[in-house]
Amino acid sequence: MTQPLTLGRVFRLALLSLGALIFLAPYIFMISTAGKDQSEIFSASLSLIPQHFAYMANFTKALTRVSMPNLLLNGVIVCGLILVLQVVVAVPCAYAMAKLKFGAARILMAAVMLGLLVPIHAAALPLYVAFDKLALLNSYTALVAPFSISVFGIFLFLQFFRAMPDDLIHAARLDGMSEAGIVARVIVPNAWPAVTAFAIFSVVAHWNDLFWPLIVVTNQSYATPPLGVLFFLAAEAGDDYGALMAATLIITLPLVIAFLLAQKRFVEGITMTGLKG
Amino acid sequence: MADIALPVSAVETAARREARIAWLLASPAIVLMLVFIVLPTIAVIVLGFTDFELGYGSFRFVGLENYADLISDRTFRRSLWNTTVYTAIVTPISIVLGLGIALLIESEPRGRNFFRTVYFLPVASLLVAMATVWQYLFHPSIGPLNTFLALFGIAGPNWLGASSTVLYGLSIIGIWQSVGFNMVLFMAGLTAIPRELYSAAEVDGAQSAIDRFRLVTWPMLGPTTLFVTTISVINSVKVFETVKTLTEGGPNKASEMLLFTIYQEGFVYLKVGYASAMTVVFLAILVVLMILQYRFLDRQVHYT
Repeated sequence: MTQPLTLGRVFRLALLSLGALIFLAPYIFMISTAGKDQSEIFSASLSLIPQHFAYMANFTKALTRVSMPNLLLNGVIVCGLILVLQVVVAVPCAYAMAKLKFGAARILMAAVMLGLLVPIHAAALPLYVAFDKLALLNSYTALVAPFSISVFGIFLFLQFFRAMPDDLIHAARLDGMSEAGIVARVIVPNAWPAVTAFAIFSVVAHWNDLFWPLIVVTNQSYATPPLGVLFFLAAEAGDDYGALMAATLIITLPLVIAFLLAQKRFVEGITMTGLKG
Repeated sequence: MADIALPVSAVETAARREARIAWLLASPAIVLMLVFIVLPTIAVIVLGFTDFELGYGSFRFVGLENYADLISDRTFRRSLWNTTVYTAIVTPISIVLGLGIALLIESEPRGRNFFRTVYFLPVASLLVAMATVWQYLFHPSIGPLNTFLALFGIAGPNWLGASSTVLYGLSIIGIWQSVGFNMVLFMAGLTAIPRELYSAAEVDGAQSAIDRFRLVTWPMLGPTTLFVTTISVINSVKVFETVKTLTEGGPNKASEMLLFTIYQEGFVYLKVGYASAMTVVFLAILVVLMILQYRFLDRQVHYT
């Protein structure tokens, strides 16, 4: 489908490219500045290619000041645990609401709709007091537990399960499968698009979350990536932008690479979870 | 008689069995929902009527005292106002840009994937980390933005360091971060519009692109636009990461925003009761926004 290059198209492409350049500018400067030494950064030149490549020095600083592997590992552990718990809790509940008859289904639906309204910020104060009383601050439990329930997950799976044909489930029942078996071996494999979409939504949200980790974690060994950036900023105090950009680069890279590798899934996931209305 | 009664009770037992299994499958979710959503929400409302402070053993009910204090609390009022200004800047701009970019990308066969990736990239990036990059870009003396402005003889402001510009600085970051999300939602909305409508509009005399947009695209995008608007407003009201990372509400409370103020009062000063009252106000704002959305949705004409 090659159209002739009209004036309108040239204009559109120019506009899109200019916008793209502006949107990419932070990334370009991040990569460029991560390779500059202090004196070059303070000369405030706009040249993008570092004069003497200081990448090694900056990355060494970034890696030694805050334990990057530990941060990334914490991020993976916390996001992984949250995701697994959310799916394990939400899928059976959504299945029961969508395909089984029971009295509480309607009340449960109302609870889910109300739950969608309540963000972690609203529940944070009582939860903090409770975790403090239980001496659970600075632990993976504190980081993960409040997110083990995702009403949004229930909502998303519910929509998806409702559209699934009942015959599939009847056939499995006739084969003598238990309801739990049906969930594990019939529903989940068939709901894979919904599960991936939800996984992307959940991981992006919790990898980025600063509010809750900031509240429950003061010990660096439990810090998640966003918290690590704050610790790094605090430790740096000055304007060592070279090392800061190197640290930023390391910490941003995992999710960006995941996005670039699975862009279609990412965009689908976000659109699907976005158009929940 | 027995012949008739038997199947009925069999059906009943089956139904009871089904209900029991359903309860079993839903029970972990129900318990967790109670523990982590319902009870904390009730607790926050109750705490809002107390003078509870973490570290002190006892507390008492003070009625509406916290709310009375909130009304005269200058920091809180400043915070509400700043959040409103921030939302009023970020929401419309990120919606218009998101829609504009979506339309441009849809009408241009070349580079569709590339542009979509680029504009979406900020959504998939760690905001706290990218905020530090913006801090560098905005640096008054060595930052690339002001260096660039200086090329044209413009003396750039101290973006995040001056109370007159800090909200704009944060808004720019907020817009940069949310345009891609809105764009993707609009692109999904655009692909759902049947092509025939455009040819029909053309037959009816809608010759220019603007006419086609006004007569077909805009009305058909109605539900998408409403949804994007609601989610943009809610996300703007929830701004926290950039404030905490870059400004800590400063300078001089010029960037105090709702969630940051709640965080500060509740988790730094540990005035849990007072911060709970603030949280109730925050929740009330979210509820009002949702009600507004449903109201609009009810009145909306659905074309599809």
